[in-house]
Amino acid sequence: MKIAVQHEDFDAGAEMRAVSRANPGVGGVAAFVGLVRDRNEGAAVGAMTLEHYPGMTEKALSGIVDEARGRWQVLDCVVIHRVGELKPTDQIVLVVVASGHRGDAFAACEFIMDYLKTRAPFWKKEATSGGARWVEARASDDQAADRWAGRAGRKTG
Amino acid sequence: MKVKLLFFASLREQLGSGGEEFELPAGVATVAALRAHLAGRGGAWHSALADEKLLRMAVNQDIVKPGAPIKPGDEIAFFPPVTGG
Repeated sequence: MKIAVQHEDFDAGAEMRAVSRANPGVGGVAAFVGLVRDRNEGAAVGAMTLEHYPGMTEKALSGIVDEARGRWQVLDCVVIHRVGELKPTDQIVLVVVASGHRGDAFAACEFIMDYLKTRAPFWKKEATSGGARWVEARASDDQAADRWAGRAGRKTG
Repeated sequence: MKVKLLFFASLREQLGSGGEEFELPAGVATVAALRAHLAGRGGAWHSALADEKLLRMAVNQDIVKPGAPIKPGDEIAFFPPVTGG
């Protein structure tokens, strides 16, 4: 398991290869990469600054990964989230889940992203053509996370 | 009998402060009571902290509900809903 909060970019392919090789029981690897879009809420975005709560961020991400491991077969997992100034097309976040089967890998990967978006203390500030603004939380993100409440994992392993 | 207060993102900018060491007044025993006490400072503190629905709170780096108890030595953070990912 690897959790990192960092300024530097990441190599999704290298992270996926690492979890694939670490355990011969891995039958599938699911990955999600979040990127900076060049538009948001009707405005052109020139840059974005990601702020976080050092210490709590790592603790929150570890808790989310632990919860995923309790629900699905997760043989290995990588969560990398960048902070600092980013530009459109830059990578923001990587979630990689290795499992015995695709069902658990897909579900755990989506679960980790949904929980990360609503529970991990990161905040985005966009520099737009109309000035700088803090990105507002979306109700749709809360709804996406709430879908998992009471939903048991499948543990196909 | 101090606690450590932390403020993040838009809240940090509104308050002009990332945090402070704070002497916990007698009778302030929950996060909600602390928030109300800080809002009572008036001005930016009132406008930033008066509406609990717009805030998230953490005690010792765990997100908590407003009724969560606090005690001396705690690290208590206030911040807007998170927007990472």
